[in-house]
Amino acid sequence: MNEQNETLARGARPLLTELEAGAELFRRTYAVDRDRLVRYAGASGDFNPIHYNDRFAHEVGLPGVIAHGMLTMGLAGSAVADWAGDPGAVVEYGVRFTRPVEVPDPGTAEVEVAGKVGAVDLGEGSVRVDLTVTSGGVTVLAKAQAVVRLG
Amino acid sequence: MTESSTRPTGVDKTLVGRSYAPTETYDVSRVKIAEMAAATGATHPAHTDPDAAWALGYSDVVAPPTFAVVLAQRAEQAYVAAPESGIDFSRVVHAEERFVHHRPIVAGDRLRTTVHVDKILERGGITLVTTRAEIADEADAPVATVTSVLAVRGAEK
Repeated sequence: MNEQNETLARGARPLLTELEAGAELFRRTYAVDRDRLVRYAGASGDFNPIHYNDRFAHEVGLPGVIAHGMLTMGLAGSAVADWAGDPGAVVEYGVRFTRPVEVPDPGTAEVEVAGKVGAVDLGEGSVRVDLTVTSGGVTVLAKAQAVVRLG
Repeated sequence: MTESSTRPTGVDKTLVGRSYAPTETYDVSRVKIAEMAAATGATHPAHTDPDAAWALGYSDVVAPPTFAVVLAQRAEQAYVAAPESGIDFSRVVHAEERFVHHRPIVAGDRLRTTVHVDKILERGGITLVTTRAEIADEADAPVATVTSVLAVRGAEK
């Protein structure tokens, strides 16, 4: 579960007044392998066999085992929380699931997360972070937006 | 038997507006928060180190932004898995998910979840079912609202 972290050092909280709409905030890549799927199943309680059993996945018409949509959403949420410097600062977070992430065995699928400033609300002391979440160049989460309180 | 068009999904639309009684109390633990953080690549120390959480002003370790799904999905079963819903779970895919946190979830929280069926729409052989899980603490103060849209496909035969 190696992670590549190109974001700023933890502990430093971003300043609302320094954020400009459209500016890129962070970029992260997460490796998703079968080990991570099993960990997520146990942590979340979602034991649908399409997330660990190739035979079952094929029987229901999938090309193979796929990641839980909520795992992909969770990875992107972690990128936001790390950038925010405070996981409790993420007050809203929503996504639309567009394509499943197929997870090979052996091997890994990569989930790439990029965050940019959607809009700054100085009155609320919050920023909307717009996320681009792709795997193999294909968008897997659409309308992915988080509201982070920084004020 | 020889029909080639997609059949209706059988989801019961009369259940819109229905609420399901609050679940049993869910005790949020440090262990579960740490498991969820590890699985979702969350590396902030406030998920696992109480000192780091205290430094940010929390009473204990803080849950990742999507942790509430653990409670929401357990509670949704009261509706989704009930025969009356008409939902064939083998034909379900997750279409949308949204969290609104009224306050962060921390270890030690004792939470209950009430599920509401908000919307059921037909769209081209697919039924979109919107549920809303309202999570509250022991004092009945709101903690999180989790909105989920499931897409149910009709049987192809």
